[in-house]
Amino acid sequence: MSHVVEIRWHGRGGQGAKTASLLLADAAFNTGKYIQGFPEYGPERMGAPITAYNRISDERITIHSNIYKPDYVAVVDDTLLTSVDVTAGLKEEGAIIVNTTMSPEEVKPLLKGYRGKVFTIDARKISMETLGKYFPNTPMLGAVVKVSGVMDEKEFLNDMVESFKHKFSKKPEVIEGNVKALERAMQEVKGA
Amino acid sequence: MAIRDRLSGNEATAVAMKQINPDVVAAFPITPSTEIPQYFSTFVADGAVDTEFVAVESEHSAMSACVGAQAAGGRAMTATSANGLALMWEVLYIAASLRLPIVMACVNRTLSGPLNIHNDHSDSMGARDSGWIQLYSENNQEAYDNMLMAHRIAEHPDVMLPIMVCQDGFITSHAVENIELMEDEKVKAFVGEYKPDLHLLRKEAPISVGPLDLPAFCFEHKRQQAEAMRKAKSVILEVAREFARISGRHYGFFEEYRTDDAEVAAVLLNSTAGTAKFAVDRLREQGKKVGLVKLRVFRPFPADEIAAALWKFKAVAVMDKADSFNAAGGPLFTEVASALFVKGAPGPKIVNFIYGIGQRDVKAEDMEFVYNELLNIANTGRVGSVYNYLGVKEEEAVLNGLQS
Amino acid sequence: MSGNSGKKTLKAVPPDVPWRRITRGGIIDSPGNAELFKTGDWRSMKPVWLPEKCTQCLLCYPVCPDTAIPVNEEGKRMDYDYDHCKGCGICAKVCPFDAIDFVEESK
Repeated sequence: MSHVVEIRWHGRGGQGAKTASLLLADAAFNTGKYIQGFPEYGPERMGAPITAYNRISDERITIHSNIYKPDYVAVVDDTLLTSVDVTAGLKEEGAIIVNTTMSPEEVKPLLKGYRGKVFTIDARKISMETLGKYFPNTPMLGAVVKVSGVMDEKEFLNDMVESFKHKFSKKPEVIEGNVKALERAMQEVKGA
Repeated sequence: MAIRDRLSGNEATAVAMKQINPDVVAAFPITPSTEIPQYFSTFVADGAVDTEFVAVESEHSAMSACVGAQAAGGRAMTATSANGLALMWEVLYIAASLRLPIVMACVNRTLSGPLNIHNDHSDSMGARDSGWIQLYSENNQEAYDNMLMAHRIAEHPDVMLPIMVCQDGFITSHAVENIELMEDEKVKAFVGEYKPDLHLLRKEAPISVGPLDLPAFCFEHKRQQAEAMRKAKSVILEVAREFARISGRHYGFFEEYRTDDAEVAAVLLNSTAGTAKFAVDRLREQGKKVGLVKLRVFRPFPADEIAAALWKFKAVAVMDKADSFNAAGGPLFTEVASALFVKGAPGPKIVNFIYGIGQRDVKAEDMEFVYNELLNIANTGRVGSVYNYLGVKEEEAVLNGLQS
Repeated sequence: MSGNSGKKTLKAVPPDVPWRRITRGGIIDSPGNAELFKTGDWRSMKPVWLPEKCTQCLLCYPVCPDTAIPVNEEGKRMDYDYDHCKGCGICAKVCPFDAIDFVEESK
């Protein structure tokens, strides 16, 4: 059976965790992968905790259940660490990536004894400095690609440049900032 | 060359509708099908289609507008889910009995109540005797392909019946996955033009549609309608063969997955088929001879064919994502059981699982549980409980197995 | 076939039509074939036209629910087509000139 990388996203309604999962699916698709990107819909409103998922593989994916034993977990908002069991089922050989100003060492005690790798990224800082606004998705995407290694980094970056050119064809001034946000996230994500 | 893309099931359906470019789309929004008319209305606004988009005030009106448009000789399409389909109810029957080949995207959602916006098949299963052809889709690709084949089936002179293309709400409608699209021109050539022999706007041959039909003739019209559904069987296969030639993708009444040497099999519809394939692969690695029969065509029901396909198994689980509340078994189960009985006796042992109600998630482990139960039945020759619920929360004692 | 202009042949559905030969979905493909359906034998009361009182105002003509009041090419009403008069009496009711009697069928 082919190897499928499974990723679970935790965010709050309105922060774009679903969008982040779709962006990752897009990026992986563009590098030739088979992908799934889907949200788990609840009664969410702005601010309610939400979950989204990705599966990425070199072969066709047939399974259509939610993900219970993810290889990676991405947390878009660190206030969820205390309210949601973000490491539920997370594989110990996998990793969790958290958007926070805390260090991995500071996050670890909040993770209910999770013994795998913990990565942190200050997506707010990167976003404010590169885009001038708080869009955590782009830096989170860079960090997840870096940590998970689901696709070649160079190929990913080249592809994202093309995709930004297409997506922001009417506001080319934001392309550079987005590319920078990705690059910085890939450099600045810290693990322990 | 096929176009490699990634789309959600709803996007794939909307793209198919764009390529079909129907005369009229009349729709009213309801989760989880809302995105279909939403995307489609942007195609209308952008001039990508020359469809008349009718933003109606209810689903009853949506289907009524489709009936009018189709009777006037146009191609009419709509999309709905759950209570929207329920509100169309009386007009569904009218569309079918007036023999109007309307095409609908049905994004399966639990019919209220209790109020649930998620997925099961209680909506389309309720409409199973309305006279509509029903195709089911495992994923975005099948939702797209079924939609491209829908008009060819519905509008065939031997058929002239409305058709609904079903897919699982959220599970596939909102999941982005890889898909192969066909070029616009190829779709256009395949779908062709709709040229009905009789319609309301042909002034040189005026007709009346929908007159009073008393006991003298009503039965004859219904008998003819039933025959159209019977004839739809060969048309569905004929259209699928032609579609395979241009797409390379093959469709029949059902797909048989790893059934050649299987001892037991599950029969089910839509997205759970993908999860079942995953479970089959895993069990096969353990040497367990299990397979899957994924039904694509539920109306017309391929009774003879399905009975023949299931005959060789020792045990079969029919999985229903809708309950019939009849104290006897789900809708798919009762029809499969009936088909097997008519074929003769003794066929395979057969059990029913009601599953995934209100989108209770179906895990690979759930399917593995079903297959292990089937293997147990195959080995012992004994069926414990026939009518079962999979994945519902129970007291611990009940969880120890069906046989207890 | 009273009142038929003779321009076209009207087709009725034969009472013993087998199901394979009946029109699809009940479509009526012979426009105006209601003329073949005679309602005259439903009648227990009948209207009687009194031409000497009639002013040809034509108020009676449009209210007839069937086609019992023929109007000729000069726009004048003629005597009743009793094959299509079910005896509802509306014409007699609307006539302002007492030019239509409404009497028992047996008389």
